[in-house]
This record gives sequence, structure tokens and C-alpha cells, in this order.
Amino acid sequence: MTTRPTTRPSTRPAAPSATRLAARDVTLAYGERVVSANVDLDIMDGAFTAIIGPNACGKSTMLRSFVRLLKPTTGTISFDGRDISGYKPKSIAREVGFLPQQLAAPENIAVKRLVARGRYPHQSLLSTWSAEDERAVTGALAAAGVEELAERLVEELSGGQRQRVWVAMVLAQETPYLLLDEPTTFLDITHQYELLALFARLRDEGRTVIAVLHDINQACRFADHLVAMKDGRVVAQGAPADIVDAALIQEVFDLPCIVVPDPAVGTPMIVPTP
Amino acid sequence: MNTIVLRVGRYSVLVERRTVLVSLALAGAGLALALVGLCHGASWATPSEVLSALAGRGDSVVVIRDWRLPRVAAALVFGASLGLAGAIFQNLTRNALGSPDVIGLDAGAYTGALFAITVLSGTAAQLAIGSVIGGLLTALLIYVLSLKSGLSGLRLIVIGIAVNAILTAVNSWIELRAELDVAIAATGWSAGSLNGIDWDEVYLPFLIIGGLMLVLVTLSHAMHQAALGDELAVTSGVSLNRLRLLIVLVGVGCTATVTAIAGPIVFIALAAPQIGRRLAGAAGVTLVPAALTGAALLMAADLVAQLLLAPMALPVGVVTTAIGGCYLIWLLFREVKRP
Repeated sequence: MTTRPTTRPSTRPAAPSATRLAARDVTLAYGERVVSANVDLDIMDGAFTAIIGPNACGKSTMLRSFVRLLKPTTGTISFDGRDISGYKPKSIAREVGFLPQQLAAPENIAVKRLVARGRYPHQSLLSTWSAEDERAVTGALAAAGVEELAERLVEELSGGQRQRVWVAMVLAQETPYLLLDEPTTFLDITHQYELLALFARLRDEGRTVIAVLHDINQACRFADHLVAMKDGRVVAQGAPADIVDAALIQEVFDLPCIVVPDPAVGTPMIVPTP
Repeated sequence: MNTIVLRVGRYSVLVERRTVLVSLALAGAGLALALVGLCHGASWATPSEVLSALAGRGDSVVVIRDWRLPRVAAALVFGASLGLAGAIFQNLTRNALGSPDVIGLDAGAYTGALFAITVLSGTAAQLAIGSVIGGLLTALLIYVLSLKSGLSGLRLIVIGIAVNAILTAVNSWIELRAELDVAIAATGWSAGSLNGIDWDEVYLPFLIIGGLMLVLVTLSHAMHQAALGDELAVTSGVSLNRLRLLIVLVGVGCTATVTAIAGPIVFIALAAPQIGRRLAGAAGVTLVPAALTGAALLMAADLVAQLLLAPMALPVGVVTTAIGGCYLIWLLFREVKRP
């Protein structure tokens, strides 16, 4: 049980093994409380990585450290071999985008204007709206399927529409890396699948997607690479088909279950046992 | 399309059509009120007399240009300055109640100014520096007391209201303990007044406020980005700590400069950003409508202060406090009802 392989070759040979975004020996802590100690994690380029694990296992904290919201107490988060804290804020924000879990739009803002806020790292003091910004915003609205909402006010939208608008905003940032903290949490099941399919599509278009997900079956179906965390440690990582079995779920979630192939797509599906 | 792209060479910005129109209307209203302010006095001047006096012709050049114009200019510039300070702190706290007059920054700046006149000799420079330091210390105190709950949230506002009450009491105590002549001067000024302002007093504040506005222009884009919340601000490339420090300095500077000259004038900073935002139909608390609304509001309030019990001129702060109190009660009701 303790000698679980941490990396195995991905079932998707398309994903290159190079890694630009990586954590090396990082310790993450809120004040005195250490969440993760001495963790290494390489983000697989061009892949859709899902981070799974029980509540408070440190998965969101890990994600936050990758986007400079939490500075590691030891070790470094590096991008292209350089510590991310050494980059200018706007220049790293053109590479790595993030969608937090808690989101609040300014009052009275139209969808298009909110999505345009994603362009901030590409703008300068005097040029806050270029033709390039216009193109990126139009593209992001289309990719997230919210073009017809462009002139509506964000506060008038349903939860599912609003979440897609926020995704459009982070898409407009046009970062090769997209990090999402529980993006599907408050959505109904239809919107959850729509959103996950969108992330898979973005991956197909060449972006690297890393999402914290709660639903293991969804993670297995859509992600190329799973990272399972418990108590701040990476317990296992690899392609879902390679690593997900009853023993892993028992170890990580403390949940007795059987693992069967998903009848629709054949990826691992967990079924808890009584 | 309800937006316009303004382009100069390779620089371009996107603005809402309605914001542009409302801003022009607000500027027009401010100037119209200013014209009334210039006409009003011991004897009414006609608008044409005012305009020719401004151009340096006619008999009333001294009365209008040297006596009435500084007061009118001060109402406009100070109103704009207070409106901006309100917009800054409402953005920072993400709360309509988080304006400098509610959370005690005006009172703190006034404490600093009182210290300058009672303990020191009370020169203009001491007053200005005293009020800025008083404002900054108050901001620091509120920040430290609300560290646990963060910058946004009702807790900071409640702490600010308490700090405001304490400092107001401290200010009264200083006035009571002071020498009689100092106390009389301070009491007249404690209500917030533009009475008897002349050019010599306003040159320096105008320069300072102009400088602060220039700094604010360079910060405004980042400030609006920060309104998305701390996390998105950081991950989209805002240097949040640097921005916050600068924006607090500018906001306190805007409030304290006005307080040093005119005393604490409340309500403008609280109401102008919200009125401007609603009129302009803008997203979040925007700066230009806030400044223009502030200018028009203070100008209007100063006219009411002069006309209400004419020929006796009230301190403008009495008028703004009376109106502002009602508005504050309404805001508090709404805030408490909010889920």
C-alpha cells in the first residue's frame, strides 16, 4: 500500500512530458498551521489535470500556491525554471490564469465588461481597450457559450450562466495555463458536465488545465491526469485508469467501494459499498 | 452599442456612452451652481456681470474674483476631492458605508489639526501635516483592529463608526480644554465651513489635491481590477499591497487636505460616489462621476448654507450633516437587511 507508483506513463501519448510549472519541495502553511510539507508536483503540459482528495487535504492550498496567493514557507514554485515570485505580476498573469471558488462581481456590471476585466495583464495605463482586447473578449464569450448574454447584467444571470461568464473572463486572460478551484461546485449536473466538456475542449486546443474537483467519477472521465492528495501529501498521481482502484479510494477518502468501468465511456467509476 | 472607444494613436479606452453623458451633465450642473454662487452675495450680481468680472471688466471684479470665486472654487475642488476619497474607500472596503467620514478618517484628520492649533502654533503647514498624520493614524488604527476580518465586511465599518465616535468625543474634549480664543476658532471650524475662505488659503490645497488626482489617474485601472476581489486581483497581475498603500495615502490625503482648510465636512464622501454611480449606471464605484457629483453636491450644500438663514451664513457642514444623517440611517437599514 505504501509503495504506490507516483507516476506512470499517461494513456494519452499526445501530452508532452515537459513541465514548465512545477512545485519543488514546497511547504505551505497558514501562519503556524502547516498544510503541506515538502511536496513536489509537476504540472503536465497540455493535459487536463484534476486534483482530488477529501476536504481540507490541501488541494486548494496547493492550487493557490501556484498562482501566488500563498507564498511557500520553504521550496519554490517555478515557471520555466524561474521562481514565480520573481516575475512581474502582469507578466506571470499572462501565463497562468486562476478562477477562485468564491466570486463576487462588482454591482451593475455587464457580462462583456466583466469578461473584459480578464484582459488586465495585457493592458497598460493608457491603453485599456485595444483591438486585440476586443478580439480576445469576443473569442472568450464564444468559447464559454455566453455570447448572447454579452449585454446582460451579471447579477441577473442564473448560477450556471454566471459561472460560465467567470470562465469566459479567465479565458479572456488568454493564459496557456488555467487553474480552477472547484469550478463545478455550485452547479447542477447538466452545467457541471457542460463546463467539464469545455475544459476538455480547451485542453484539446492546447491549453493546460488544472482543476480541483470533488466528483471522482467526473475527474476520471474528463481528466488525463489525476493527482490524489491526503493530509497535504500527494498520495498518487497518474492516468485515472492506471491509479484509481478500491485501495486508493479507501486510502485517500476512507470510503469502501468497488471500482467498475464507467458504462458510458469506460473510465474508472467508483461505487461506494454499503 | 452603448459603449464608445476613445482612441488616440495606439492608446485607447472603452467607456459607456451613458457615463460620458452623465459626467458632462454633472459638470454642467456643477458649473451652473458655481455661477449662482458667484452671483450670490450681499448684493446679487447678474450672470452677465459675473462673467464680465471674471474676464476682468466692470466694477465688481474685486468682489467676484477675489471674494466670491475662492469660495466657489473651494466648494468645487473640495467637493471633488471628498467624492474621490469616498470612492477610494468604498472601493477598498467594497461597501457603500466604507467612506472616510463614516469610518472616522475625517474626525481623525480633525484631531490632528486640533493638535496642531492647540499644542503647536497652528500655521497652515502644521494644520495640513497634522490632519494628514491624524487621518493616517486613524486609518492604521482601523486597519489593525479589523485585521482578522479583512478589509471588506461590515466589521471594519462598525469598528470605523466606533472610532469615529471616540475621536469626535476626543475632539470636543480638546476644544473644551483649549484656551478660549483657540476654542472659539476651532468650534466655528469644527462644523466644516467655507465661510471667509480666500485665495491665500486655497492655493496650496488645490495644488496638493491636483497632485493626488494625477496619482489616482495612474492607479484607477488597478483599483477597479481590485474590485473583483483579492484573489482575482492578484492572479490577474495587480500588485495588491502596493496598490492598497498608495490608494490609502491618496484617499487620506484627499480627505485631510479638505479637513485642514474647511474642517470635517461629512456626507459628501459618503453619498457622492453612490449617487454618481447610480446616475452613470456604471459598474462598481467609478471615480469621475464620484468627483463631479461631489463637486456639485458641496457647491449646492454651500449655497443652501448661505441662503437658509440669510443673511447669517451657516457652516456648510451643518447642512451636509443634516442631510447625510438621514442618508446614513437609510444605508444602515439596507446594510443590516442584506443577507
